[in-house]
Amino acid sequence: MWQFFHKLGSPKWFYGIAARLMPWLLVLGLLCLGAGLVWGLAFAPKDYLQGNSYRIIFIHVPSAFLAQSVYIMMASAAVVTLVWRMKLADVFVKAAAPVGLVLTFISLFTGAVWGKPTWGTWWIWDARLTSMLILLFLYGGVIALDRAINDEKSAARAVAILVLVGVVNIPIIKYSVDWWNTLHQPATFKLTEKPSMPAEMWVPLLLSVIGLYLVFGWLACLRMQTEILIREQRTRWVQDLFHVNGGAR
Amino acid sequence: MMIKPLDQAVGSIEAMKAVFARDMKVAFRQRQDLLNPLLFFMMVVTLFPLGVSPEISFLQEAGAGILWVAALLSVLLSLDHLFRHDFDDGTLEQLVLQPQPLFLLVLAKTMAHWVLTGLPLVLLTPVLGVMVHLDGNSIAILCLTLLIGTPVLSLIGAIGAALTLGLRSAGVLLSLLIIPLYIPVLIFGTGTVAAAAEGAPVGAYLALLGAFLVLALTLAPFASAAALKVSLSNS
Repeated sequence: MWQFFHKLGSPKWFYGIAARLMPWLLVLGLLCLGAGLVWGLAFAPKDYLQGNSYRIIFIHVPSAFLAQSVYIMMASAAVVTLVWRMKLADVFVKAAAPVGLVLTFISLFTGAVWGKPTWGTWWIWDARLTSMLILLFLYGGVIALDRAINDEKSAARAVAILVLVGVVNIPIIKYSVDWWNTLHQPATFKLTEKPSMPAEMWVPLLLSVIGLYLVFGWLACLRMQTEILIREQRTRWVQDLFHVNGGAR
Repeated sequence: MMIKPLDQAVGSIEAMKAVFARDMKVAFRQRQDLLNPLLFFMMVVTLFPLGVSPEISFLQEAGAGILWVAALLSVLLSLDHLFRHDFDDGTLEQLVLQPQPLFLLVLAKTMAHWVLTGLPLVLLTPVLGVMVHLDGNSIAILCLTLLIGTPVLSLIGAIGAALTLGLRSAGVLLSLLIIPLYIPVLIFGTGTVAAAAEGAPVGAYLALLGAFLVLALTLAPFASAAALKVSLSNS
């Protein structure tokens, strides 16, 4: 157990594992995402009220779903950074934050596009929209703080503290804006209840959510690999990897 | 510095009192720094009638929100001073080296910050409230919400001030990090006044604001202390 834990902290070991894992993540992810999107966009039945415009849900919900869970993942990694000082956790936070920002932006953008035909407006100061906008600000703050601190170790711990402060605040922000103003429909998926839409709709939706998770896993691995290479560029194994210093080809 | 050397055992409460007293003394020797947030508060409030509308009906409706936003911004503006001078002259390192838990000392500094900025804002609010045509009841409720809310702003802001200590462009970065975290306080602060204006009971709102205060009091000093240690190891 402890040996595994120790290995998990080693960037070199992770680099190898990620290299083996990534093709699977990408292929499976693209398959799920592709199947979900094609099924959802082309074959799923029309909504009786919203017609075809509801189909953007197959992009909107997965990205919104993932935007939130990426932050939770980052918060878990932040705990690991602060408690065990594990380098990889910090590499993950750094790699995941911009992806989370983009996902949040996609969900806001698709939400605006969806809002125009259904609510008749691009933007409404509604609770759900506002809390996603605040999530976007939180991601922006994390990235800005990380860029502002030059020293790698200090940046890691400062960012971890900020991510944790943010995660304590997320439920508070969510409930306060819910209290403040709400128009958005309730959550599409709840773990405890059966979905309220027919199977031809929620199965492709679930497929695209799973697909996006896998693609995110691939992207996170790729970005973490890059970050590891930058940080470890002076170590032996990285130089061997690229045959620098006269290594035999 | 009023903090005694290590070999004399000083209780945590005593140390907190010493830090608080010292911060007050330092602040009163630089009175202009105390006035600046207040002037800023008044100027921001002045911008709204000039920029949007001087109509009494508009000001009555938006007044509480304007005052809250202005108070929030002036607290934000003053946060940069919270640790900056102590950081520059090395006092902060001495604080970290004290045997007393750092989070208590940070709490004392944050309380001093609130007494020096938040409290004067609350005291100035009735005057500005009259200027934006709020009625007496609304002004009283507004002062109450600011009284409960501004300490939360100081406590959360201390985390941001500690995180951005010693960085280039710390001021802008501080606002970026902290404003999203201020939103719940703002919502309930102005919500209370709006509820009171409609004649609805405000107990629940005030209780929630109080809950924010308790939560911030218990958690924020730990985060600020941890952030201070990171920033000091960075320099």
